[in-house]
Amino acid sequence: MIGILDIVDAGVVSLQREGRAALAHRAKGPKNGSSQVSNNSSNQNTRLLWVHHMNRIRDAQDKAAFGELFAHFAPRIKGFLIKSGADASLAEECAQDVMVTVWNKAHLFDASRASVSTWIFTVARNRRIDILRRENRPEPEDLPWGPEAEPEQSDILVMQEETESLGRAVRELPDNQRELIEKAYFGDMSHSEIAEATGLPLGTIKSRLRLALDRLRHAVK
Amino acid sequence: MSNEIKHHLTPGILMAYAAGTLPEAFNLLVASHLSLCDDCRAEFESYEALGGELLETQAFDQAAMSGGSLEATLALIAGGPVEEPARPLRAKGVLPTPLQDYVGGDLSDIKWKPVGMGVKQAILKTSSEASARLLFIPAGAAMPDHGHKGVEMTMVLQGAFQDEDDYFARGDVEIADVDLHHTPVADIHEDCICLAVTDAPLKFRGLIPKIAQPFLRI
Repeated sequence: MIGILDIVDAGVVSLQREGRAALAHRAKGPKNGSSQVSNNSSNQNTRLLWVHHMNRIRDAQDKAAFGELFAHFAPRIKGFLIKSGADASLAEECAQDVMVTVWNKAHLFDASRASVSTWIFTVARNRRIDILRRENRPEPEDLPWGPEAEPEQSDILVMQEETESLGRAVRELPDNQRELIEKAYFGDMSHSEIAEATGLPLGTIKSRLRLALDRLRHAVK
Repeated sequence: MSNEIKHHLTPGILMAYAAGTLPEAFNLLVASHLSLCDDCRAEFESYEALGGELLETQAFDQAAMSGGSLEATLALIAGGPVEEPARPLRAKGVLPTPLQDYVGGDLSDIKWKPVGMGVKQAILKTSSEASARLLFIPAGAAMPDHGHKGVEMTMVLQGAFQDEDDYFARGDVEIADVDLHHTPVADIHEDCICLAVTDAPLKFRGLIPKIAQPFLRI
């Protein structure tokens, strides 16, 4: 299994090998100081709390845990759908649908393979394609979220940490570069955008999005 | 198997598939490639994680849910889950699972239409922004020389083909654009079957294919 940090290219040193010490060391960079460390660890704790809530929903149909996930994620999903072109009432309805799916498919969530944010994003994305485009979304075979044996605790920690470091890299991008990446995540692609995404014609490979991605890769390193 | 794949999808296409912003025909090709290529799948999953982080960092702005929405959602949940049929994990056959879903089976279920010179095609039903079709090129035969108005991506499912630049075998994806005029030739050892998707009609350079084009919808 290749981790999140392979986002980018084979040259990335995975935190799996680097370990927690390196994570802490990086967080203590001269620019950010100690407050960054506590932010990071609180973000990490929040991630693990969401994982715990997913397990509570799966194992005990825990409505209080679901309520906390709902309070955090439903407004974000609704905002995502509005930016994608849904009106407020459709976005509200879809956000509720997404959260219903989160409950019903809680047993498919695997914290050693994704953060709760990642998983909920994929549910929201699929719902958006279903509702706004009225299209089928072909998925790769061997469903990524298929039920497997209970994952190892250490694998869960590593995955949640890697995702947190990705999140930190996103937050630290310069505004204009982060906006480019954000823009790539809603709306539908035009013909020229598809052409650009294929890396052709050759002259446009160094698109601005490409620069933002390169920067992100560097940050995750 | 994935080690043998030499021609991969680009980061931009993988990101767009993770974001869900590509036309259906392109999604079908990407899903088919990911079914065979673990490298691209890992990169794709990292772009899904990026989407999750954008959601997390409030990139999309939050929109307050209306009053009583949690209760309404819990009421929906109490109504019981909608049962969805489970998908097979790994389909047996030449076609990857996502393609089998569109064909309604494997190779023997493809409804081929002859295009001439032994070449056959089967158009798959997708949304109209882009088109997807399966192509059958007899071993050793050439496709008509053609250029493109838009982007064309071709993934090999069986056999192999060669164009002026490179050799493409099962799982490999060739990406062509307006500047590329090419004449793919199927490998002599086996009939070649490909999935081709494009966001514009192909333009053939030979006379007869050009006349036939309106009828063939290519």
